Amino acid sequence: MTLASFAFYMFATVTVASALMVISARNPVHSVLFLILTFFNSAGIFLLLGAEFLALLLVIVYVGAVAVLFLFVVMMLDIDFVELNEGFLQYLPVGALVGLVLLTELIMVLGGSAIAPDMIAGGPKATTDEMTNAEALGLVLYTDYVFFFQTAGAILLVAMVGAIVLTLQKRDNPKRQSVAAQNARRRDESVEVVKVKPGQGL
Amino acid sequence: MEFNTAIGLGNYLTLAAILFTIGIFGIFLNRKNIIIILMSIELMLLAVNINLVAFSSFLGDIVGQVFALLVLTVAAGEAAIGLAILVVYFRNRGGIEVEDVSHMKG
Repeated sequence: MTLASFAFYMFATVTVASALMVISARNPVHSVLFLILTFFNSAGIFLLLGAEFLALLLVIVYVGAVAVLFLFVVMMLDIDFVELNEGFLQYLPVGALVGLVLLTELIMVLGGSAIAPDMIAGGPKATTDEMTNAEALGLVLYTDYVFFFQTAGAILLVAMVGAIVLTLQKRDNPKRQSVAAQNARRRDESVEVVKVKPGQGL
Repeated sequence: MEFNTAIGLGNYLTLAAILFTIGIFGIFLNRKNIIIILMSIELMLLAVNINLVAFSSFLGDIVGQVFALLVLTVAAGEAAIGLAILVVYFRNRGGIEVEDVSHMKG
């Protein structure tokens, strides 16, 4: 077993195992942490395939942003997790049935279809010697697919605005700085000179 | 990259199929916790990404990675909007039971 195949089987095993833990962990915080582990190992799979840019993007975007967002929401909401896990075994048979049917279908598709051998000969070839992966990606992303790139940016902008609009809370009497009121203050209405007798206080 | 020929395209596709199935399974299993359902959707999108990148890498066509990038963008936006809806829903009802979500309409 070569080093690359050992790495693939290690990454794949940990990915599948932690994905199973994501859906079966009792505590959602543990689920999010296992989701982070899944994404890290998938980044390893991407590295094995030669997609270095996407691998690092997965670590930065998912582990750095999305998973932390999940973690914030899980910790912010005060949820009774014991109550949430009550129906766990109730839906196990139908879930297992659907999962088994889907997995059988996917494996039948994989086993029944043949991939043209000359197309996949030579293993992963995302990286070539003359160009790095990020460079090759940028060469098509900013030319042929620039419309998709801009659309993706617009989607992110709309998602950001939507999330802010949804969660922004309007308060009744927020304490804000009023520059006009500050400048309109006069000395005689805000400062008072009081004669204090010794030993008495005010 | 001749040392990598032991692992073929089928291995990556099988891994993606298993991950996708786990995502579907998670949606059916956790009928009460919306957060787990959102995470299952992320798992399914990750499986799709592994498929796209595997095909892109084995066929020597970089376009598959462009699409994986777009899927990543949509997944991030979906997570942000979904969690925002979840926070608003929790504020209104004090819980995140999936069965009560139909109360949101109207």
